[in-house]
Amino acid sequence: MFGWEFPPYNSGGLGVACWGLTRALVSAGVDVTFVLPKSFPLEDSHCEIIFADTTLGALKLKPIQTGLTPYLTASEYARAKGKSGQYGHTLLDEVLRYAELAREIALEEDFDIIHAHDWLSFLAGIEAKKVSGKPLVVHVHATEFDRVGSGSVNPFVYDVEQEGMEKADKIIAVSNFTKDLLISNYDIPASKIRVIHNGIDENDFKEKNSIPVYLQKLKEEGNKIILFVGRLTLQKGPDYFVKTAKKVLEHYKKAYFVVIGSGDMEGRMLEEVSREGLSERFIFAGFLRDGLRDSVYASSDIYVMPSVSEPFGITPLEAAMQNVPTLISRNAGVGEVLTHALKADFWDVDEMASKIIAVLEHPALQKTLGENSRAQIKNVNWKNAAEKCIILYNEL
Amino acid sequence: MPSVCFYFQVHQPMRIKRYRIFDIGRDKEYFSSTEGKTDNKAIMRKVASKCYLPANSVLLDALNRHPEFKISFSLSGVFLEQLEDYGQDVLDSFQKLVGTGQVELLSETYYHSLSFLYSQDEFRKQVLKHRELIEKLFGVTPKVFRNTELIYSNEIARVIEDMGFLGILAEGADHILDWRSPNFIYKPKGTKNIKLLLKNYKLSDDIAFRFGSRDWSEYPLTADKFSQWVGAVNGAGETVNLFMDYETFGEHQWEDTGIFKFLAALPREILKHKDNRFHTPSEVVSRYNPVAELDIPHYTSWADIERDLSAWRSNAMQEDALKSIYDLETKVENCQDESIIEDWRRLQTSDHFYYMCTKWFADGDVHKYFNPYESPYDAFISFMNVLKDMKVRLVESEKKHEHKVPIKKVFA
Repeated sequence: MFGWEFPPYNSGGLGVACWGLTRALVSAGVDVTFVLPKSFPLEDSHCEIIFADTTLGALKLKPIQTGLTPYLTASEYARAKGKSGQYGHTLLDEVLRYAELAREIALEEDFDIIHAHDWLSFLAGIEAKKVSGKPLVVHVHATEFDRVGSGSVNPFVYDVEQEGMEKADKIIAVSNFTKDLLISNYDIPASKIRVIHNGIDENDFKEKNSIPVYLQKLKEEGNKIILFVGRLTLQKGPDYFVKTAKKVLEHYKKAYFVVIGSGDMEGRMLEEVSREGLSERFIFAGFLRDGLRDSVYASSDIYVMPSVSEPFGITPLEAAMQNVPTLISRNAGVGEVLTHALKADFWDVDEMASKIIAVLEHPALQKTLGENSRAQIKNVNWKNAAEKCIILYNEL
Repeated sequence: MPSVCFYFQVHQPMRIKRYRIFDIGRDKEYFSSTEGKTDNKAIMRKVASKCYLPANSVLLDALNRHPEFKISFSLSGVFLEQLEDYGQDVLDSFQKLVGTGQVELLSETYYHSLSFLYSQDEFRKQVLKHRELIEKLFGVTPKVFRNTELIYSNEIARVIEDMGFLGILAEGADHILDWRSPNFIYKPKGTKNIKLLLKNYKLSDDIAFRFGSRDWSEYPLTADKFSQWVGAVNGAGETVNLFMDYETFGEHQWEDTGIFKFLAALPREILKHKDNRFHTPSEVVSRYNPVAELDIPHYTSWADIERDLSAWRSNAMQEDALKSIYDLETKVENCQDESIIEDWRRLQTSDHFYYMCTKWFADGDVHKYFNPYESPYDAFISFMNVLKDMKVRLVESEKKHEHKVPIKKVFA
């Protein structure tokens, strides 16, 4: 299996998904070798991890600790690189290099199926298939269209995505939303695509989380907490969250807006918040992990995901795990499995505000939504996803 | 010689439009949606052309052809009110049916409400209001009562007897009947003379739910086959009560299933067996005596597999919404503003609470199919926002009222 990030060295949902899926596959008796492009000090892994750089030493010469995340668009990468100026190659070079190293790994390792996650590892998957003749599954968690929004698609990335999908024997899409996009924008036949939704494992979560003192105090004073979790990038719609907050506060005074995450739009978001005079009502918590993040979820009255584009979106499942109601973008893939959620178009600020206020004002709504979503996600787990993967593997 | 007793429920709610917090204090037209699934007029016209008009025409023809053929309807007040606004052709066709003298009209709450569960006072008012409308539009007075969605208990039977009705209808649910047969008349516990008619849900649902189902072993259901099943009751019962939604014909079972041909052929096929007779509910009540007393202390209904109140009262939102609307009763009664009273009553229609039902996992398909909102949560949000607007109007009306009183006193 070729990936790009893995917890705790992940910046978003791709790493979480790879972790959850591989663990469930291993539990189901599948031997998984997970290949990552560079070395991290990983503890207690449930599967064998191979680092392309340590195996062959090539990437280690130029360790790329910043800038190299699966969420960067190629142009953002170029910008980041330009600033530091010390790297001798582009993100695209990295992807090509990873593919070269993958070929070596494929020659040494023994395996039956190649499974590659997202475009950054597609070329690695293709190379491995070339040298081994083994079937290739590419797993699409997001496409270039999701990442750039209304911006222009990078032709190289698009080509890699398309080549990966064409050369693959089967394609896994994380939602029907993504499947439709692959059909319409990449011209992939529907019969080649299998939808396997992501999941969440309830054993990874504590039932009771202590609420951070500061938030606890706000709640005791009768305030409500509205939560945003996600990278602060165009794709996640943080700007719509700010607009919605303004609208909510016009009608509901005792509300606080908590933002977890960081990203390229952080500065713009802060500016927008202060320009609208909302600074007192916003709490920026930065990027939080596991326990701490869950405790903020637990203290929230509603979780909002106004993503402009969201192939899946695991965070609403994390909120549901804490019995927290969710308001999600209507086109988010997660809505296909989490139907006990409020939905709105990300641009429809009035609709989002109206729904948020309804949850804040009606404990009965909050309770029913929270309980039903918690009950529903019991079946949205990685075990089910892994079983579907295994069925797919056996068809190849 | 079993009686075959048909009762068709005819109802369309006045659905609430998407009503957001920003509309409070600005928009009093709660039921005026022009958006797809909540556009009441468009829905009425659609169902009229798919069901009411063709089904009425089939039935009128059958009634004229077979003077022994009898049926009954319960037409909700909110349904009839909508017909007066945008369904005169449908109203005419129902009047023609009643004009044959072979059609009985039943009593129900005008607003197809759950009022009995919350306010007996309000319940009685709605039953009387419905009676007045039926008398005005059809010139007949209902003698047999059926409560919203066949919600029933001993207590309802007692109140209904007190109001002068001769009979009442209920679901022949297994959990209340046990070994007993729905094909007899019973005496509700705690009543004197009122008689209870129970739905034969097996035969009723063969038409209402299974008719067009290709994976049903009896598919296709012919009028001949069905009338044999009805005839098989002979000797083991006195009346076969076939109760169902009228929208079964053409709306739930589409025309291409052959449902109209079935309906057209059924009277003839049933009358072929010379022991069979058609009777209306009040005829059944006068012909047969109760075989036993039936004790139903807890509410039953014909909804969902549970046959209880859970379609309207199984989550916190539904309880909250119902409590909130009935909490306003005294204020609304005192406000003397007809438009507020009317809107408050329209908001009591059971469908609003049905749309908030979240038990989607077991038998949710039916709920989802009939839900004009994106989710039960959206239904709740619009409802509660409308209720807030009602409260604003109530406060305004109270203010007006306060001004009036002292002025009168000054001139008195």
